[in-house]
Amino acid sequence: MKRYIYINDDETSQDLYCANRLSNRKYTLMNFLPKNLWEQFSRFMNQYFLLIACLQLWSLITPVNPASTWGPLIFIFAVSATKEAWDDYNRYLSDKKANEKEVWVVKQGIKKLIQSQDIRVGNIVWLRENDEVPCDLVLIGTSDPQGVCYVETAALDGETDLKTRLIPAACMGMDFELLHKIKGVIECPGPDKDIRRFDGNLRLLPPFIDNDVCPLTIKNTILQSCYLRNTEWACGVAVYTGNETKLGMTRGIPEPKLTAVDAMIDKLTGAIFVFQIVVVIVLGTAGNVWKDTEARKQWYVLYPQEFPWYELLVIPLRFELLCSIMIPISIKVSLDLVKSLYAKFIDWDYEMIDPETDTPSHATNTAISEDLAQVEYILTDKTGTLTENRMIFRRCCIGGIFYGNETGDALKDVGLLNAITSGSPDVIRFLTVMAVCNTVIPAKSKAGAILYKAQSQDEEALVHAAAQLHMVLVNKNASILEIKFNGSVLQYEILETLEFTSDRKRMSVVVKDCHSGNISLLSKGADEAILPYAHAGQQTRTFVEAVEQYSQLGLRTLCLAWREVEEDEYQEWSLMFKEASSTLIDREWRIAEVCQRLEHDLKVLGVTAIEDRLQDGVPETIETLRKAGINFWMLTGDKQNTAIQIALSCNFISPEPKGQLLSIDGKTEDEVCRSLERVLLTMRITTSEPKDVAFVVDGWALEIALKHYRKAFTELAILSRTAICCRVTPSQKAQLVELLKSCDYRTLAIGDGGNDVRMIQKADIGVGISGREGLQAARAADYSIGKFRFLKRLILVHGRYSYNRTAFLSQYSFYKSLLICFIQIL
Amino acid sequence: MPGSDSTAHKSKSRRPKYSQFSQQELPAFKLILTPGYVISTFIVVGLIFVPIGLISLFASETVVEIVDRYDNECIPKDFRDNRVEFIKNKQTNKSCTRTFTVPKQMKSPIFIYYQLENFYQNHRRYVKSRSDKQLQSKKNAAHIRECKPMGETDNKDPIIPCGLIAWSLFNDTYGFSVKGKDLKVNKRDIAWGSDKNYKFGADVFPKNFQVGDVGGKSLNSSIPLSEQEDLIVWMRTAALSTFRKLYGKIEDDLQANDVITVVIENNYNTYDFKGTKSLVLSTTSWIGGKNDFLGVTFITIGGICLFLAITFILLYVIKPRPLGDPSYLSWNRNSTPTPGR
Repeated sequence: MKRYIYINDDETSQDLYCANRLSNRKYTLMNFLPKNLWEQFSRFMNQYFLLIACLQLWSLITPVNPASTWGPLIFIFAVSATKEAWDDYNRYLSDKKANEKEVWVVKQGIKKLIQSQDIRVGNIVWLRENDEVPCDLVLIGTSDPQGVCYVETAALDGETDLKTRLIPAACMGMDFELLHKIKGVIECPGPDKDIRRFDGNLRLLPPFIDNDVCPLTIKNTILQSCYLRNTEWACGVAVYTGNETKLGMTRGIPEPKLTAVDAMIDKLTGAIFVFQIVVVIVLGTAGNVWKDTEARKQWYVLYPQEFPWYELLVIPLRFELLCSIMIPISIKVSLDLVKSLYAKFIDWDYEMIDPETDTPSHATNTAISEDLAQVEYILTDKTGTLTENRMIFRRCCIGGIFYGNETGDALKDVGLLNAITSGSPDVIRFLTVMAVCNTVIPAKSKAGAILYKAQSQDEEALVHAAAQLHMVLVNKNASILEIKFNGSVLQYEILETLEFTSDRKRMSVVVKDCHSGNISLLSKGADEAILPYAHAGQQTRTFVEAVEQYSQLGLRTLCLAWREVEEDEYQEWSLMFKEASSTLIDREWRIAEVCQRLEHDLKVLGVTAIEDRLQDGVPETIETLRKAGINFWMLTGDKQNTAIQIALSCNFISPEPKGQLLSIDGKTEDEVCRSLERVLLTMRITTSEPKDVAFVVDGWALEIALKHYRKAFTELAILSRTAICCRVTPSQKAQLVELLKSCDYRTLAIGDGGNDVRMIQKADIGVGISGREGLQAARAADYSIGKFRFLKRLILVHGRYSYNRTAFLSQYSFYKSLLICFIQIL
Repeated sequence: MPGSDSTAHKSKSRRPKYSQFSQQELPAFKLILTPGYVISTFIVVGLIFVPIGLISLFASETVVEIVDRYDNECIPKDFRDNRVEFIKNKQTNKSCTRTFTVPKQMKSPIFIYYQLENFYQNHRRYVKSRSDKQLQSKKNAAHIRECKPMGETDNKDPIIPCGLIAWSLFNDTYGFSVKGKDLKVNKRDIAWGSDKNYKFGADVFPKNFQVGDVGGKSLNSSIPLSEQEDLIVWMRTAALSTFRKLYGKIEDDLQANDVITVVIENNYNTYDFKGTKSLVLSTTSWIGGKNDFLGVTFITIGGICLFLAITFILLYVIKPRPLGDPSYLSWNRNSTPTPGR
């Protein structure tokens, strides 16, 4: 469903879309009672208690005062209703605050201050620095002459760095006056919840400039709940409003996770119910028989001669009422109560506070603490989870020469420093690519030092390293990029950025040297995404070796490459690129295809190696948890060698004599099948031996294995205590979690980045590391911790305590109820 | 920590406040059941319980109790096959005389009980059929809703006291004599003080009672309920189907081998439901009436404890095992121990 938005047109769009009225409320004043009661009564336990309470109103059969059931029932209902009402009232207050916030909006060509809830789709909204964005806007103007503005998206995705947002090309250079009168149409898809995508088109109506279609991407939008920073003002057209914004669509109540204990309690309740029915039938029948034979003779009871038709039911129903307390009415409330206390204990724990950032751990999901103690499989991400995700540039290989191999630090390598001072062209190129080919934003601090704001830790490491090697990225002003090299300032104009995606595994920029006017393509990416596209004459053997060598050391590698682009070629390609970027369907795929057309015949410059240190206490944590009988799987997007190295260094797998590493590989179905069967065979043999056997599988083989040999792979998954899956995509991670879950294992997924979110959500328990790769994972997770080593305490201390306590409480509840009940029956 | 001042200052809000509770560091103690503890606990319990049991049993033995079941014997021979008719017939002579000898000297006060068996005073229909409000005060005379099916007469007049319990009041009477001399039976102060003072009103007089369908004893309508102690005793319903209720007290000592003659007015109908009736004379001691159960229970429990203690000591001596040895855990027991573990 597409929407067409007429900019600044007060008549047409008035009622087509909802107003910008936020509403997170579940209830209104009128429907609170019925809706809340309905919700509570949709639970089986509550229905049961209601039935009992109703039966008790029949005074003929009630053995006890009806207040004994109605009292607790009403109390429990009142408690949960009050909690709901309180939460809803708070939501109402925060909605109201947001809705009544005043914003500047253009109406009939005049800027007016109106309440945020009156914004309509198509209105032009003006924002000043540090304003919160009231709805999803397409930027059309900023104070910056280059059309850039900075936003903080922390409320949206949890990432604290500033993001740049651009105004679309068509609106470039408009002034105040013009922006008030601007007319146009924005074509965009219907509301969705993808905060990383916006595929739209903008077409300005005459008399404005041209009537060219101008593509819009997420880069041209500022989304609700972001903050405008470092920009004096900005204005944009409202495209999604109210609950239809990207943020509004992402909101939603996640499905509640059920713990093993909960399931057990449900089962027990069912069993007790059956038992109760049996007791009722047996005792009820006995009672009726006794009454008919014996009780009639008891003259002092004065039984009437005739009975109503329901007489036979009276005694069984009385027994039913007596037995009703067999099922403890309070267990749900008490469990909720203690569970929230467990969560608090996790929040409070001093030993789980990250000493570096002073971030305490946090339990977002308060209901599943006891499941922590039941975890059988831990699926962990590597980067940022096991490692610190603090990237440091360590080694490099430029044009076949290895730097940093002796000292372990290329920045101090004399050979490299000499090469720079002597101005070796390859080395200079290499450094230029390091400094230019990225999305890092330099920002000057008050003291005058340059701070780099980057979304990717690798890029930051590269830029830092380049700066230390005298190639300093000084300024990035819209498309002009300034680099200081040995005192002289070089300027580049960035013509296009071919962005990094997890499928392409590389990124490139097309830049124009402002001095000479030469256009060149600078690329960096994973080895298999760069080396195959090297130009025909180049020998890539040394680079392959370098990559091999570095990844054996557990370093992360990137290949850098470049080539010159002719003006004509660029112009031609640029048109295609523009067209691809303005398609609405399959844009990502189209862009990738077009990028491919430029990224060929590359001259490979060299390989960088970045070190990512292991976090403190990782090997000990893994060892302890493994002793507790928990199996570990490592799922990483990294290369096989790097993954294995890291796995070795953190006790994940044991070195040769003690451990054995089997690998599943192959490019075709047959190969994968054969290697899978071989591994499975070895596994079966070695299960009886005290040997740590692990298997390695890469993304490609995994794909085939999951698709065609699911059964064999499942068996393998059950047999092996350790597995390493490298080069896996986020969805594969989630698939693996599903696989283990389908074998009835309790899984815990731990990760830190956006690529782990799906796996975290899928797993029984998701743990997020509130690390450096943003807070995405931590937000999606049930628990967020500061460091991997806290997992030990989380599982072994909090999980165990919670499990013991819940078990005690529920056993006690049932025991107590049964005991009271038996006393009553007797 | 120099240098951390600024961060510590900033972080104050994020770091939760310390308390032993929040860190789960509250001092706790959990007794580990080591053989020493277990054995000594059993010994101590056994050593305390056995003497208590012996003392109770001894006290119970000093109580002299005479039980005489008379429901069968008090039916004339002609009516033995037709008891119900006999008891229901108003014309028959219900008096009967029973004699028994006192086995040991009985010191006053000697309590007289009647004991019923197979009489369900705890029947739901029965136990609910009373109006405490009506019993308490004159103004609540019309409070008969709870008394069904014995709330009002056929003329819709409220019965005082209403209900099945009062209606079925026990109506056998006993007259005692020793060596031709009548023994005085004191029927005062046989009910609870609280019942007399609070639950049964001094201004409530029986009215319309036992009119029409007669159940049990009739009451003198000029005496207030608070003085009708037989009724008060009867209305404290028994929890079990075999129960004793206090009939009166004899305040003279009885000597051993005294022959007591009791003249019983056998009025109460227990023949319908195969109930029994007994007359009980009993003295008391500090543990109450004759009751061996308490003593036997104490001795049994104490004996079991001592037995267990001895067994555990023997086990501990013959086949000791180290405390907290993980190889006894279920998951370690099955698998063969691997070297190096």
